[in-house]
Amino acid sequence: MTYIGNKSDLRVVGTRPDRPDGVDKVTGRAIYGADFRLAGQLVGRILRSPHAHAKIIKIDTSKARALPGVKAVMTAQDMPNITSEESFVGEGPTNFRDQSLNVMARDKVLYEGHAVAAVAAMSPSIAEAALALIEVTYEVLPHVIDVEEAMAPGAPILDETLFTAGVDPKPTTPSNIAKKIILKSGDIDAGFAKADIIAEGRYVTAAVHQAYIEPHACVATIGADGQATVYASSQGHFMIRAFCAKLLGMEISNIRVIPLEIGGGFGGKTIVYLEPVALTLSKMAGKPVKLVMTREEVFRASGPTSGAVVEVKMGAMKDGTIVAAQAVLKYQAGAFPGSPVQPGLMCAFAMYDIPNVHLTGYDVISNRAKVAAYRAPGAPISSYAAEQVVDDLARQLGMDAITIREKNAAKAGTKTVYGVTFPEIGYEAVLAAAKSHAHWKAPLGKNQGRGIATGFWFNIGGESSASVFVNEDGSVSVVSGSPDIGGSRASMAMMAAEVLGIPVANVRPIIGDTASIGFTNVTGGSRVTYATGMATVQATEKVIEQLKQRAAMIWDISPDAVDWKDGQAVPAGANAGGFDPLSLAAIAAKAGKTGGPIGSEVSVNAQGAGPGFGAHICDVEVDRETGQTTILRYTAIQDVGRAIHPSYVEGQIQGGAVQGIGWALNEEYIYDAKGKMDNAGFLDYRVPVASDLPMIEAVLVEVPNTRHPFGVRGVGEVPIVPPMAAIGNAVRDAIGIRMHSLPMSPPKVRKALDSGQG
Amino acid sequence: MSKTHVTTTINGEPAEFLAEAGLTLLDALRDEVGLTGTKEGCGSGDCGACSVIVDGRLVCSCLMLAVEAEGSTIETIEGVATGDTLHPLQRKFIEYAALQCGFCTPGFLVAAKSLLEKNNNPTETEVRFWLAGNLCRCTGYDKIVRAVMDAAAEMRGA
Ligand code: FES
Ligand code: FES
Repeated sequence: MTYIGNKSDLRVVGTRPDRPDGVDKVTGRAIYGADFRLAGQLVGRILRSPHAHAKIIKIDTSKARALPGVKAVMTAQDMPNITSEESFVGEGPTNFRDQSLNVMARDKVLYEGHAVAAVAAMSPSIAEAALALIEVTYEVLPHVIDVEEAMAPGAPILDETLFTAGVDPKPTTPSNIAKKIILKSGDIDAGFAKADIIAEGRYVTAAVHQAYIEPHACVATIGADGQATVYASSQGHFMIRAFCAKLLGMEISNIRVIPLEIGGGFGGKTIVYLEPVALTLSKMAGKPVKLVMTREEVFRASGPTSGAVVEVKMGAMKDGTIVAAQAVLKYQAGAFPGSPVQPGLMCAFAMYDIPNVHLTGYDVISNRAKVAAYRAPGAPISSYAAEQVVDDLARQLGMDAITIREKNAAKAGTKTVYGVTFPEIGYEAVLAAAKSHAHWKAPLGKNQGRGIATGFWFNIGGESSASVFVNEDGSVSVVSGSPDIGGSRASMAMMAAEVLGIPVANVRPIIGDTASIGFTNVTGGSRVTYATGMATVQATEKVIEQLKQRAAMIWDISPDAVDWKDGQAVPAGANAGGFDPLSLAAIAAKAGKTGGPIGSEVSVNAQGAGPGFGAHICDVEVDRETGQTTILRYTAIQDVGRAIHPSYVEGQIQGGAVQGIGWALNEEYIYDAKGKMDNAGFLDYRVPVASDLPMIEAVLVEVPNTRHPFGVRGVGEVPIVPPMAAIGNAVRDAIGIRMHSLPMSPPKVRKALDSGQG
Repeated sequence: MSKTHVTTTINGEPAEFLAEAGLTLLDALRDEVGLTGTKEGCGSGDCGACSVIVDGRLVCSCLMLAVEAEGSTIETIEGVATGDTLHPLQRKFIEYAALQCGFCTPGFLVAAKSLLEKNNNPTETEVRFWLAGNLCRCTGYDKIVRAVMDAAAEMRGA
């Protein structure tokens, strides 16, 4: 059923109730990964490689084992040596064997911070002493950090068995280029031949971390019967179960994963680092084991997303029609294949209807931590380059930056370079909202500039499960399989309450563990409100059918003669009989006599997640003396389909925009000559703080996605796509120089001002 | 390793614990006293998730040794509400959706409370600078700043 209809008919959806987990989270009661403990648990610690690239000759753990209080010491030898297999859970391409080798290095360490051994001990100090007693003999190998150096002939090779996929004929020498991808439409040469003007640029982005404030943490316990339980904060407890089973050769049915509250993830908690290690240690020690990363470990060994080199060239006619767009993307994957270069290619020009497009992508490994998904993986990087080139086209043509985008805007029926034809989308509505926003016309002062950039993300659907139960007193429980990373419990409760016609306070939403609800894929791809929301709505509708049947039984009439209205069963018409309405509570009280408890579970594989578009307008002021860029004003406009809880939708947009601001101005992985990360802490890896920022105005445009009962589109990822180009365009406007690399930090801007080149 | 007996007052109640010499106040609160509302985001004084008030001063509990807390009065997130009654800051955080994942929230609330105790009418800039030691990666700070300003207004009776 659809509830899109008239927005004013909705009573719960679109309002801003208190979130159901709010009190727990403002009082310190909520239990996150590191807050959980089991009686008798041991303290786990991981020994990590000090080298960027080395062969492991020998690991001697005998002294560590002999230390009193040490209960287990493990290396990769204590995990199965599994074969290569594409993974089916999580976000983005990955391989179970790579995951295994990333969790614990076997023959080689591939980056500084790569795990080589782990201990479980009675106390933190004993565990740390034990780490110091493990002797690892390395043969240090030459390393490579930079993406283009890793691609060059003669570069140190990380994996002798890796041959570039996607080139013909099949290469005979190993390479750090895991894959070459080409996407094209039309005829690129003919397109450029038609162009009156050309704009192009080579752009470099730095690797950046998701930088969730909660470090990874878990507690694992496994009994003598092989039954394991893992308590973890993650973006998907079913993902943890699948990875642990594969990596440890266990049966899925023997692993139960219980989700704890998660302190941010942004994609970075869609894969495992600690859980297989904790399980292995627990098995060896016969006791529960807790593992918690330090912030330094988070930086060195988890996340980040790719740094990249992106070359873009675009051609347009005098009237502003873009006739050709070409890009070459070189993305760092970290130590194992699997950068988000594919979505980077797909998203680069997705906002536009361009007849001739040619895209080339390279997935490149180097001696860095394996990349993990980060909010709209891949898209912010390619958009950062493409949207500045579009800005250059507009400048050459003397055209307004929104007008050129309107002229070439993708709309319903536009065929993308990756083959999909867009359904109803809101890009034009977003541009119209940007153009009419007061921000676009506001005056600017000296050394100030304004930029706009737009962005796209697919949003996904996929597998989700939810169940809805009516309790004996008529209150309702909603159980779903999606970890709540930013308010999804609130939106599930609201959708169920809306469908049932009851106050949201009567609905208690919880997250079920892997043994109490059907499979649900990760909280990622902006899929939860869409797909899990769809499952929740369908389960609620099934419950309403049951409620109508129960009312029919009580009244002794046909179920067809019962309607559900405003949270009550009512006779469908005058012919049905003159019964007083039966409330949910009244029906629930009689459930035992009318067939037993009332409830329903629905699992879906949701298709048709609505594509999302956003436009960000940004004003900056550049201090010519220091090179410091200050964000003066920021407006983020986005088509959200329909906002279930507008405050949390705004929050997603504001948070995503600010992560993008950090990516644009401050954040970067810095390596020393030995390939070691130089800034593995929040002091030197500087994420935006409150005093860096103005208010972030979020403008919600609602073009409902007809394939969701309430018209929902994913909202969480789009907002990180436009910021870097919006700020780049604003800086260009302020100083007259186009900056070509991220972050646009004060020293770099200062240098550009001195040399006249960015 | 021998341990030191530490006597404190936490959230108005007497609290004693044993501390190894290197134990931080943060770990003592979380692991010895069992108050896990105070979080560790960095362990190096850079994120503010571990904010507590010691003898009236806002501190990063990850930077203070547990043994240094001998005789002191400590206030943690668990002591911000009065029984079942939330502090205005707590209510405003929920009302404004000033939390997404909520992991930074205890630190922000403790830091904001200490601000309002010193300055009951802060400007937006004052709020932003006072809270600059607390990292939030989810919200972009917008709703946090609004919640703090509105809580201050309510507490002033404005
Ligand atoms: S944990 Fe103390 S400041 Fe981050
Ligand atoms: S709400 Fe997640 S870090 Fe602040």
